Amino acid sequence: MKLFTHNMLSSKVVNGVKVGYPLRIVAKDIKISESEFDKEFVKRIISKINWKVFVNAAKQIGYGKDLSEELINNYENNEEYLKKVHHLLMEVEVMNGELICPETHRVFPISDGVPNLLNED
Amino acid sequence: MAAGSMKLKRLQHILEEIETFENPKIELEQYTTSSHIAACILHTAQFVYGDITDKCVADLGCGSGILTIGAALLDARYCTGYIYSTVYIMVLEYLKMFIFVCFICFAGFDIDPSALSLSVENAADRDVSGQCEFILCDVKQIDKSMQLKAFDTVIMNPPFGTREKGADLEFLKMAVSLATNAVYSLHKTSTRKHVISTAKQLGVHPKVIAELRFDLPASYKFHKYNSVDVQVDLIRFTWKST
Repeated sequence: MKLFTHNMLSSKVVNGVKVGYPLRIVAKDIKISESEFDKEFVKRIISKINWKVFVNAAKQIGYGKDLSEELINNYENNEEYLKKVHHLLMEVEVMNGELICPETHRVFPISDGVPNLLNED
Repeated sequence: MAAGSMKLKRLQHILEEIETFENPKIELEQYTTSSHIAACILHTAQFVYGDITDKCVADLGCGSGILTIGAALLDARYCTGYIYSTVYIMVLEYLKMFIFVCFICFAGFDIDPSALSLSVENAADRDVSGQCEFILCDVKQIDKSMQLKAFDTVIMNPPFGTREKGADLEFLKMAVSLATNAVYSLHKTSTRKHVISTAKQLGVHPKVIAELRFDLPASYKFHKYNSVDVQVDLIRFTWKST
């Protein structure tokens, strides 16, 4: 599961959950994969994601220690910064671990890189 | 509909090349049909509308949609889910041959864990794991699982609503909630009027961009008939009239 994906996921499928976002991550195994860097693509993704959730997620799995809490100014032209963000969003993958609902503490497992959001009630 | 039939001819020409794709994991004849359809969708989506390259693409029900209908029509008692998304991955590679810089962010969603594990394996086999993400969830409630509207394009071959009535329209509703640019979906031609009116209710503009035929040969032990032809519409849904 990439951090880009995590940024989208909510536990609202569970009964009684009002927001269910963001899910807390417990990472057991992490893999670094390779994904082609495309400047325009990364800029577009940055404009879509919830930045704070992304920064916290990275920190939860032990990455992005030097990542700014807020998006830096003029990030669009800062290629080094974009590459760093790209790496964290697309190349750091949680292979095994858990996603935890912030309201019910219900656990959604991540196995072999696939998050399981099935509501087995 | 001269324009429509010309597009199909061009697609069929491309599809012939797809046929030569080597795929050691073919177990069912349905796979060939799937590759036709998948190539059709992706090729049109990219070369006619530019909806694939550099976009975030979601595939809803990346597992056994096509087999559901095959099984239902041919009265099978048991069917194994095949990984429809495998075909998309192969076609991604095919598209790479034509596009010099091809960056696709691709996410496949399915409710079937075994279908997804195979998808993961296939993505790894074809070296596209970096671009593909797979998520196990109930697609019919995916609007609850997804907080962000992060996808530009949604492509899907939904269950046709033969087994479970209205399933394809539920998928369509979910697709519309996820996509920001376009939705490509397959629906039985016989249900076209209903699909179009549903689309309008959902606030999207439908356009039938191709008429395809699923030829499903009997490949399960319990099938009664030799084969069944299903006429299918490939429809592109957008938020503006184009």
